[in-house]
Amino acid sequence: MNGEPTTIRQDTATPSLPDDLGAHACSLEVRELTKSFGEHQVLRGVSLSVGAGRTTCIIGPSGSGKSTLLHCVNRLEEPSGGDVLLAGRSMLTESADVLRRRVGTVFQHFNLFPHKTVLGNIVLPLRTVRRMSAAQAEALAMERLSEVGLAAKAGHRPANLSGGQQQRVAIARALAMEPEVMLFDEATSALDPELVKGVLGLMQGLAEHGMTMLVVTHEMGFARQVADEVVFMDRGLVVEHASPSEIFEDPQTRRLKGFLSQVL
Amino acid sequence: MLDNVLHSFFDLHSMAAVLPEVLAYGLRNTLVLALAATVIGILLGLVLAVMGVSGSRWLRVPARTYTDVFRGLPAILTILLIGQGLAPLTTQWFRGNPYPLGILALSLISSAYIGEIFRSGIQSIDPGQLKACRALGMSYPSAMRLVVVPQGIRRVLPALVNQFIAIVKDSSLVYFLGLLTTQRELFRVGQDAAVTTGNLSPLVTVGLCYLVITVPLTYLVNWTDHRLRTGARVSVVVDVEGDERAAEIERSDRLVAERTGR
Repeated sequence: MNGEPTTIRQDTATPSLPDDLGAHACSLEVRELTKSFGEHQVLRGVSLSVGAGRTTCIIGPSGSGKSTLLHCVNRLEEPSGGDVLLAGRSMLTESADVLRRRVGTVFQHFNLFPHKTVLGNIVLPLRTVRRMSAAQAEALAMERLSEVGLAAKAGHRPANLSGGQQQRVAIARALAMEPEVMLFDEATSALDPELVKGVLGLMQGLAEHGMTMLVVTHEMGFARQVADEVVFMDRGLVVEHASPSEIFEDPQTRRLKGFLSQVL
Repeated sequence: MLDNVLHSFFDLHSMAAVLPEVLAYGLRNTLVLALAATVIGILLGLVLAVMGVSGSRWLRVPARTYTDVFRGLPAILTILLIGQGLAPLTTQWFRGNPYPLGILALSLISSAYIGEIFRSGIQSIDPGQLKACRALGMSYPSAMRLVVVPQGIRRVLPALVNQFIAIVKDSSLVYFLGLLTTQRELFRVGQDAAVTTGNLSPLVTVGLCYLVITVPLTYLVNWTDHRLRTGARVSVVVDVEGDERAAEIERSDRLVAERTGR
């Protein structure tokens, strides 16, 4: 108890998310998605669907194509084939910006803008993308910041925050855009162990408030506890797709058994 | 011998004699040339840098070619070709004043260097920054304008000051374009005085003027460079100290509470 660094205390502050957070959430479907980099085929026909307000976790060894799948879903990488659907409508025929405005993404390395304050990080996309006035954007940004428990840090530079706090700012920034689907790309992999809990707690809060989430994670505890469904990927393919209890207690394939024996 | 040296280089009389002209227009004209060429060079350089990192070959190749040409030619050659070559075409606007074309030539040269400086700055920014912008739905131009380029510029400020120093020195070359008495910049003022007095001291005087401009800038570069390097670290240290202090206060509060409780 004695001399606990204050950062930990701040990081485990319980977020108070609004009830209507998942109001815009819609379903996400990925159909036969393929992606090749030159000769190398990273995704070899991946299909999965996440119902509105549901959470699907993607697990699998590194190099299995999990991150590439997320990048293809919001078209940071252009898929080589297949389709991505939001609320049943194909998004590959539209411009990528239309899709990205509806899909929020949280990255492993936060990717906050270091030359802006914490508040400025959230205000900037609100102003440029949602065309809000400065006053509107700041009010909304402060609201999102206090929901993730970081209103007190609004004037700080990202570099002065702990990794866990930075990631929560990144989540607040994505939420401010009112996404219909949230993608998490190993959101806690770059964090010190003691900071992971705060971020996972916030993600769990989002899931419970009805956000549609596709989560690539190495946190098996989170997948088991929070996910509605778990997808096990290996070598660019979905190997197993089932409920958390089936995946973790009754793995069907040798590959999933092998993977679980290594990570659990 | 020593007398000879002192007389040739540091003849106080001829140094004093040239000083009014140096201050009246030499210094001013040099600064006008260098500042104008730097400002235009920065604007052109930014365009070149953004073209240089573009995904389209139609933007990249012209930027590359421009940079190769103006960086690869001796400054004096560009200044003469532009300053004399375009003079007949532009007399109606400039009325024989060599400054606009001199500034244009210096700007073209400096923009090639500044473009490269900006490009390296932009390319040094973590690709995750652009990725985050795009993921938030920002367009490529606004992501570059609001996030990537501002960070890149900050990182290359020291190199930009160096470039300004180079332009200050290169500005002396416009004297090849033929200057009226009041148009003369530092070097020409010194050279004229040196020719009429048969003594090098006026050139030493203007040399000192160049150093008065450039040396403080050199130190400014070192200072900003140092600050840019250590700035982030210093603020983190401050924060950690703050946290430790907060933890300590908390500890002592608890201690006080325990003791008073007993």
